[in-house]
Amino acid sequence: MADLSIDCAGIKSPNPFWLASAPPANTGDQVMRAFDAGWGGAVWKTLGDPIVNTSSRFGGIDYAGGKVMGFNNIELITDRPLSVNLREIREVKRRYPKHAVVVSLMTETKHDWQTLIRKVEDTGCDGLELNFGCPHGMCERGMGSSVGQEPKLLTEITSWAKEFAKTPVLVKLTPNTGDIVEAGIAARAGGGDGISLINTIKSLIGVDLDLLVPNPRVGRSSTNGGYCGPAVKPIALHMVAALAREKQIGIPISGIGGISNWRDAAEFIALGSTSVQVCTAVMHHGFRIVEDMIEGLSSYLDSKGMKSVNELVGRAVPAYEEWGDLDLDYKVIARIDPKTCIGCQLCVTACNDGAHQCIFTGPGEHNRPAHAHTPGKAKAPLPLPIGTLAGDRVPWVDEPECVGCNLCQIVCPVTGCITMEEIPAAKSETWNQRVAAGRGKVPGGIHDDDV
Amino acid sequence: MNRTFLNQLPPERIELGLPDKKPLMGEAEARSEADRCLYCTDAPCIKACPTEIDIPTFIKKIATGNVTGSAKTIFEQNLLGYSCSRVCPVEVLCEGSCVYTAWQHRPISIGKLQRYATEHATKNLDAQIFTPKAAVAGRSKKVACIGAGPASLAFAGYLAIEGHSAVIFEKRATPGGLNATGVAPYKLHAEDALREVEWVRSLGVEIKTGVEIGKDIKGAQLLAEYDAVFIGVGLGDDSRLDVPGEVGVNVHGATAWIEKMKLDPRATPIRGCTIAVIGGGNTAIDVARECALLGAAEVVMIYRRGADEMSGYKHELDGGRKEGVRFVTHAQPTGFVRDERGALLAVTVVTMKDGKPVAGTERDIACDLAALAIGQSKLRAIAAELPGVALDARGCVVADPKTGATGNLKVFSGGDCINGGKEVVNAVADGRNAARHLHALWSASPIPTRFTRGGP
Repeated sequence: MADLSIDCAGIKSPNPFWLASAPPANTGDQVMRAFDAGWGGAVWKTLGDPIVNTSSRFGGIDYAGGKVMGFNNIELITDRPLSVNLREIREVKRRYPKHAVVVSLMTETKHDWQTLIRKVEDTGCDGLELNFGCPHGMCERGMGSSVGQEPKLLTEITSWAKEFAKTPVLVKLTPNTGDIVEAGIAARAGGGDGISLINTIKSLIGVDLDLLVPNPRVGRSSTNGGYCGPAVKPIALHMVAALAREKQIGIPISGIGGISNWRDAAEFIALGSTSVQVCTAVMHHGFRIVEDMIEGLSSYLDSKGMKSVNELVGRAVPAYEEWGDLDLDYKVIARIDPKTCIGCQLCVTACNDGAHQCIFTGPGEHNRPAHAHTPGKAKAPLPLPIGTLAGDRVPWVDEPECVGCNLCQIVCPVTGCITMEEIPAAKSETWNQRVAAGRGKVPGGIHDDDV
Repeated sequence: MNRTFLNQLPPERIELGLPDKKPLMGEAEARSEADRCLYCTDAPCIKACPTEIDIPTFIKKIATGNVTGSAKTIFEQNLLGYSCSRVCPVEVLCEGSCVYTAWQHRPISIGKLQRYATEHATKNLDAQIFTPKAAVAGRSKKVACIGAGPASLAFAGYLAIEGHSAVIFEKRATPGGLNATGVAPYKLHAEDALREVEWVRSLGVEIKTGVEIGKDIKGAQLLAEYDAVFIGVGLGDDSRLDVPGEVGVNVHGATAWIEKMKLDPRATPIRGCTIAVIGGGNTAIDVARECALLGAAEVVMIYRRGADEMSGYKHELDGGRKEGVRFVTHAQPTGFVRDERGALLAVTVVTMKDGKPVAGTERDIACDLAALAIGQSKLRAIAAELPGVALDARGCVVADPKTGATGNLKVFSGGDCINGGKEVVNAVADGRNAARHLHALWSASPIPTRFTRGGP
């Protein structure tokens, strides 16, 4: 079984799964129950001067019957006295010395940072995380994402923390910024030992259409909150990978954003995360989800012949390239397996209305659309194999016209029914190579004459 | 609006003791089920529906909370979408063709979703799903329907929406046809059927009950006064066996007996009785299941051929078995045994082999009540009232199934009286098709695939 233990910027943990700084890591009781369930670490809910919260404070987006595709909150940092939090952190560390206890911090002046760091590190915690990401409530007071959005400020406050801290300092970044790489470089410049990202995305989760007030409703109004959950994962993956491939940064990353299971975690790790942090999935399903995360990641590593999770860190980063470096001669086409097709024909509509009009139903010859690359007729393949589920409802792909966009495969409800088959190409050329060879102009442009 | 028909229903009816087999979904249940729908292209469920309701569209509208829009989608194709949602054999129609079925998944509960949409949207009978078009002098026509069953209701309702004037004549006191009098009560109670009738009335359809064409009003008079006449009389009385002892108390025709259970508070109680049902079709299994559910001590279905030759739907027969219905096959009743006072004691049956009775195999099956579900007679007299209308060898009105046209240019027909006895949904399809055909004819426009939407 693969070794899951990690060292993220000097913070050691029996596995890469940490609770993110959020409601699940609000109290010692929760963190200890999480550790008992198998979590390797926890980033304590942000400490600072206690605040006052609203009721209500969370909102969710359901999609096609699934709950919590996205989640938003307008909750602020901890509302519990600092002394209580510190006592509990100390107790957790005493009982769970091998687990990672990182404490998220947010305060204002340099003197505040000094005092807070001294008190927090006195608990025996393993590291600090600077909350420069919260996009609601705290940023209006000059903290949270208002720091993360200002590279100079980000560097300066990071350097204050580094000046006072004895334990490793992770800088938690906000995605609410034009260029995440700029923020990453600023964190590194301030001396940060590692970077956590993403914090939540500034959002309005929805509107109550009866009352015409946004959600989550607090009396007669609402405010923007922070968006997270499965829906933000692609945004987070990009930001993690963007920092991982930036040579000027080069410090460990703790990946956050919509991680719900071991597959999500493995993707974050492959794109450069050393540890991963989870919040929404725990808020939805509880600490128990970590059992599958540990087993699943471990089996995956075993299946890939990796002895340690560290071998996976960043393995997919080199394959994240600019568009201009993609091989324009690479070609795939869709194949529909008649044996597993259920005949819903969602691919037919998707291709016809949303892509390239190259999926047909019924036997014989069919007219290709006028804009087809190859003039002529689309010909149905030979009769379908006997005994298929969907019989003559099985659609077929006009392969010469298929551009390999993946849409049919994406909408097909039967996993594995539509596969994208690679067609071997004689050559390989990228856009950048075309431009370099003087063939960067495609006919039919703005200045071409059509007539 | 005057709810005449709903108000005249007696409050104490046997049918009220029967549970609702497919209860109304709540909003959460409906939305979650609607979300499961794959929204197939050219969906097989649409093709399996005799009225071709755009099922994926109405289901997606439920998923978004657009329940009125969902009902509209249903009613555009099937004005009696409410009763159909409850009485249709969905297992062999829409749900039976759901792509999930082939995939070994549970099909979408289309029937229950359709009930959800139509029941909610018509809960308030004054809420207008359709705004019938105003009558236009010279263009609006007058039609009369004979029989107030599903075919006539659909025919009259669709034409009323298009601004024509429609009146239905019904010889019974209660309109609704088999929906009110003959559908198994665990599928649909009479008051639900009558609510739907009231909803059709709210579209402007006039219903006159207690009027028999041929007796109270002559066919010739209808032809003279109306631009078109629609025959939707359904079928006649239950067929008889013509065996000794049949005439007397407690041997009923099946549909007559169901009508009693549904409408007559004086019907014989079933609890504790032994019931013999003669027949193997859907009416037979309906009666058998009703009696079993009403607490009969024993229900025996007697059929002259083998179980696999029964014409009842498999899902209904299976349901009956689970509810305790016992099947006696290859048995033909030869008489009924009564005591000296005429009380029913048993039905005598003989074993059948290769369609012939086997001598010496006669035996008695004890019963307190017997229901004959061996078919219904045809209402042949109506043809004589309307010149040009022909009957086929079975006694069915000869009509073009696509348009309802008969041998008389002014007379149209649909439902059980032309097909010999099918589902409610087939009757609705016939009535609708005839209405579409006529409206297109009168407005000199092509036959629409959907009725023009009224309403806001």
